[in-house]
Amino acid sequence: MFENLSERLSGVFDKLTRQGALTEADVDAAMREVRLALLDADVALPVARDFIARAREKAVGHTVLKSITPGQQVVKIVHDELVATLGGEGDKAGEIDIGSPPAPILMVGLQGSGKTTSTAKIAKRLTEKGRKRVLMASLDTRRPAAMEQLAILGGQVGVDVLPIIAGQDPVAIAKRAMTQAHLGGYDVVMLDTAGRLHIDAELMTEVQAVKAAVKPHETLLVVDSLTGQDAVNVAREFDGQVGVSGVVLTRMDGDGRGGAALSMRAVTGKPIKLIGVGEKMDALEEFHPERVAGRILGMGDIVALVEKAQETIEQREAERMAKRMAKGLFDLNDLHAQLEQMRKLGGVKGMMEMLPGMGKMAGKIDESKMDDKVIRRQIAMIQSMTKKERKNPDLLQASRKKRVAAGAGVEVSEINKLLKMHRQMADMMKKMGKMGKSGLMRGGLSSLLGKAGMPQGADPSALGAPPPGLPGGTLSGLRLPPNLTGLGRRKP
Amino acid sequence: MRFFEKLKERLFKSNARIEQGVDAILVEERVVDDALLEELEDLLVQADFGVNVAQRASAAVAEGRFGKSVPAEEVKRLLAAEVARTLAPVARPLPLYAKRPQVILVVGVNGGGKTTTVGKLASQLKSAGKSVVVAAADTFRAAAVEQLKIWGQRAGVPVIAKTEGADAAGVAYDALREAQERGADVLLIDTAGRLQNRGDLMAELDKILRVLQKLDPTAPHNVLLVLDATVGQNALSQVEIFQKIAKVSGLIMTKLDGTAKGGVLVALAEKFGLPIHAVGVGEAIDDLQPFEAQEFARALTGAKAL
Ligand SMILES: Nc1nc2c(ncn2[C@@H]2O[C@H](COP(=O)(O)OP(=O)(O)OP(=O)(O)O)[C@@H](O)[C@H]2O)c(=O)[nH]1
Ligand SMILES: [Mg+2]
Repeated sequence: MFENLSERLSGVFDKLTRQGALTEADVDAAMREVRLALLDADVALPVARDFIARAREKAVGHTVLKSITPGQQVVKIVHDELVATLGGEGDKAGEIDIGSPPAPILMVGLQGSGKTTSTAKIAKRLTEKGRKRVLMASLDTRRPAAMEQLAILGGQVGVDVLPIIAGQDPVAIAKRAMTQAHLGGYDVVMLDTAGRLHIDAELMTEVQAVKAAVKPHETLLVVDSLTGQDAVNVAREFDGQVGVSGVVLTRMDGDGRGGAALSMRAVTGKPIKLIGVGEKMDALEEFHPERVAGRILGMGDIVALVEKAQETIEQREAERMAKRMAKGLFDLNDLHAQLEQMRKLGGVKGMMEMLPGMGKMAGKIDESKMDDKVIRRQIAMIQSMTKKERKNPDLLQASRKKRVAAGAGVEVSEINKLLKMHRQMADMMKKMGKMGKSGLMRGGLSSLLGKAGMPQGADPSALGAPPPGLPGGTLSGLRLPPNLTGLGRRKP
Repeated sequence: MRFFEKLKERLFKSNARIEQGVDAILVEERVVDDALLEELEDLLVQADFGVNVAQRASAAVAEGRFGKSVPAEEVKRLLAAEVARTLAPVARPLPLYAKRPQVILVVGVNGGGKTTTVGKLASQLKSAGKSVVVAAADTFRAAAVEQLKIWGQRAGVPVIAKTEGADAAGVAYDALREAQERGADVLLIDTAGRLQNRGDLMAELDKILRVLQKLDPTAPHNVLLVLDATVGQNALSQVEIFQKIAKVSGLIMTKLDGTAKGGVLVALAEKFGLPIHAVGVGEAIDDLQPFEAQEFARALTGAKAL
């Protein structure tokens, strides 16, 4: 049906050599194709524009891995950015706020978007998975037989439904549902509403009144995943006029490309909590950004391919390091490589979590704020040094330090700390070099970490903010044995 | 002519944004150049034309005018003319046949507005003096039969239904026989919503067609695909597959009273050439209007005259 993005991009990049970094011209050519892919997938134009600008920035200057084409590299960068945007930060898939019972949840959206079905599906999920007592109520006084529809669904999924009283208005029904929930000891009250157009002032006022009356814990905007360019208007108006806390995307079992997911996420900034994937009452799933990203771009295999290429590169790098380490060599380039590795592995904490028996330590690191930021600063400092300086840190005297500090936007004292840390680590490497490669492998981490589980002798202040009882500075000194690199990979 | 007035008023309201869009990029007069073309194209993309059709339509506007200065109103008019040119051949009212009963099957994806449209059509056909029978062949969705019965009351036409869970094809068969016995002019059949990529549900539609033909080899006489205006490029896939399996004879687009522009109709007209019979512009019984190419084009672009 649709030409997929990788095919399109292979055309654009046929002429290019496979080496070096992506130039602005390469990236611009590629982004034109990305734009088309997004628009074909029904991503709203303003959203597509913003997204392209961000992805472009990330792609320019990016190095192209040896075993893949520049086109594939761009796809990977775009894909990762798409996953990041769709997923957002700290979004917890499928999570619905049902604290302090009875928790009202308000379902809103356009006509025919799938509110009633989604209401019943969520109620079923909360009842069965969450072991909650749920009450459903239909505030749809407009569509013929809408209330009956919810009542029937309630029977099907075994969830109580507020009895229908003819002639009551939505606010009155919502209040009655809350009273009933208090009396009946329900945990959650699902409020289904009539479909409405976001430009229908009267009906938007009505739903605002309902919201004011029950103060829902969640207001979920139910949107058809097949929605086209109008998605921006729907998202902006519902969020602006009613305020939504999350999105439910329906009909994801269709053959649409699902660009509305990106539009919704980008315009409201709210998480996509759940997706509807069928007409059956259990056809409700958590939202997986990476699946939808592949679908929007019309590809999937490329991403896996690029990841594999990246893995081999890391492998090669790890082997090179191991060789140097065996010789007791450790310059600032090596430190740089290590820091990069750590950053990729999710920082010190991510790494610790993956090492057996170090889970508790991970918590302490959390407290210490010794996170990505510290590592990034250190990387920036090393990157501000010349090649020669990195090979031979002794060159770094006062004036050079000043230059490096200015380049990385830090104080000279931080450069000093970094150099001190490096010196201590290099000393340790020398000792280990004497131990020999085989000894290191056999002794593994424990020989490095000492009795306390941590290496001895390094200066904790080197990393800035050391946690109490944890010599922060030495954590970077924690060597990754080459065989750990594969393990550390965080699969999406 | 009341319907027509209403359509104009509603479409103009719903499409105010594209008009504003044209106004925003065209302050009184502008030279036709690549930048203008691109901006026009973007506007059309935002109206769900799809990139290819948007490019073609904006190129048509620029043809022979490159480098010339053109007033804003003229650009709107040219755009409207281009849209109308594509849509005029497909803007055709629902054909009425001498055949009794004329069987009209209404199909589409979930929530598009099939049942509502059946109610509206029943009411209009009845006002036109036809004796109408409606069949509730959506035996799947909860309370679908109830919903249609209420529409039957509103339109003042009988609704033939079995219990929920009954075989949809069976309902259609019985309804046609009953309509024949009653000597009805029109039988409208409402069906369950189904996504076009669901092979099993599409097969059910095929079965409905086949059982109807047992009673009347010429039935159904019309198969109307209901499209929701908010749907984007997926409408192309919907038309393609429904046409293949259910032999769609015409389209109805609903929810044009919202902010969705329904520009995908232009792409559909180019690709499939299926007649577009009517548009839904609200939830009330008389909110179904004949589809009028020039009016639609004018509303879409904000052009004052063609
Ligand atoms: N604003 C507006 N709403 C409409 C229009 N047509 C239908 N609706 C609404 O869209 C919703 C769904 O309409 P239905 O007629 O139930 O749609 P359906 O295709 O029969 O749905 P299923 O049978 O569930 O697949 C209802 O709330 C209708 O009132 C229209 O032209 N404009
Ligand atoms: Mg229906």
